[in-house]
Amino acid sequence: MRAFLAGLRVGWRPALLLAALIGAWELFVDLGGADPLILPAPHAIATALYNDRSLLWSNFKVTAEEVLLGILLAAAAGFVCAAAIHFFLTLRRAIYPLLIASQTIPIPMIAPVLILWLGFSILPKVVVIALVSFFPIVVTTLAGFAGVDAGLIKLMRTFDSTRLRTFRHVELPAALPGVVTGAKIAVVVAVIGAVFAELSGASSGLGYLFQQSLAQILTARAYAAVVILSLFAILLFALLTVAERAALPWAYNQRGES
Amino acid sequence: MPAKGVTQTPTETPLRQSLDGDEAVGVVVEAVTRTFTARRKTVTALEGMSMSAHVREIVAVVGPSGCGKTTLLELICGLQRPDAGAVRAAPAALMPQRDLLLPWLGALDNAGLALRARGLSRAQARATAGPWFDRFGLAGFEHTHPAELSGGMRQRVSFLRSLLAGKPVLCLDEPFAALDAITRLQMQGWLGRVLEREPRTVVLVTHDVEEAVMLADRVVVMSPRPGREVAAIEVALPRPRHRNDQAVIDLRERALTALGVPS
Repeated sequence: MRAFLAGLRVGWRPALLLAALIGAWELFVDLGGADPLILPAPHAIATALYNDRSLLWSNFKVTAEEVLLGILLAAAAGFVCAAAIHFFLTLRRAIYPLLIASQTIPIPMIAPVLILWLGFSILPKVVVIALVSFFPIVVTTLAGFAGVDAGLIKLMRTFDSTRLRTFRHVELPAALPGVVTGAKIAVVVAVIGAVFAELSGASSGLGYLFQQSLAQILTARAYAAVVILSLFAILLFALLTVAERAALPWAYNQRGES
Repeated sequence: MPAKGVTQTPTETPLRQSLDGDEAVGVVVEAVTRTFTARRKTVTALEGMSMSAHVREIVAVVGPSGCGKTTLLELICGLQRPDAGAVRAAPAALMPQRDLLLPWLGALDNAGLALRARGLSRAQARATAGPWFDRFGLAGFEHTHPAELSGGMRQRVSFLRSLLAGKPVLCLDEPFAALDAITRLQMQGWLGRVLEREPRTVVLVTHDVEEAVMLADRVVVMSPRPGREVAAIEVALPRPRHRNDQAVIDLRERALTALGVPS
């Protein structure tokens, strides 16, 4: 209840702004500013959300599964990759440029290739989502490793610590907040990645539904799918914030102070 | 900072059974020179620096900012190698200037970090560190995180952590510099009592001449950079010492004069 009230205190301003924008949008379409088939009015989208709720729900479950698996894969791979880069200087020099280059490959180009390669299953979608989510997680995790005080590493050396024990007791916990920060950035791009993956070949999912609805000029339903995707990204972001506060309170408090 | 990925000097010092280590050697620093090159500028931190500490002697090192005091401690701890001269020292543990406690661990687990670094389990580390909490005035704070501890308590946890490394030599790098004046005075008294009960070879680096005279058996005064010894003052006073004693005041003045501060 307290958390809810706190949320209300923070949330009323964006909520007010959103209400104003939606109102203006509604007025604009109702007064004939745009063809409702191209830009449906908010009330039409709301109607579609309600009428097509079971269709939207079943497709949402598909996309949600892809996104969750993709982010988990990216978090695991990103952490391992960041740890390896942190451990081996040569690896950093060799891999970092490739990592950056990999981010410039357009996902709409790579998604069809992955589908040809990995088949029509959930796998290529998960891989696409993991690919777009991977980079922010690696970068923020590396920042976590780099942020460890050099004095602490020295201290551990005077304690006769091995490289591995210093990693386990000092560097690994210090880098965990970086993984969460990366994941928070990743959830937003992951949802976009899911849509691209589904556009390249899928028979279900919100991205698929979006495309099918547009083709049938069911614009309101297409927009409804987008609304759900946005809400999903916001929800994941909020969940990660809550998880961070619960599991890594020191990182949350430190950020609060600075 | 050690270059990442570069093979580090092996640190497989055997677990010392005797706290005195090599009975003959406390700390001996002989005519050490140490230079650093950063952005094409060469800085000589120490030049011809000599000092020593006998086994179980407390030696304070005072000097102006930037005179290479921290470098000296890192040489003694084996974290750096001298460019010229020699350093012989029994195994030494560092107590860093800032407490550098791990924010995700409670006080007890922070205190046991050196034991964990040697491969002990969490339960073993806790069992070893636990009994010290009472003696250090930390009882009841075992599971308190550093953010909720006072500055003085954090320094005590930090000191305990270095003490539990079980090394015959302790290198204290301005341990109380970050504390407020009142807490600092209390902590100086506390450290003096602890070292009476737990004698170690101690190299205490400080800016604070009074702190040096109150705690040390000998005060080594260093010159501005490049640092070298300009005076060594024996403090042959009984403990506990009082800062108003004429002898303490006289020695403090001698050290300040050696530092070039007019009285």
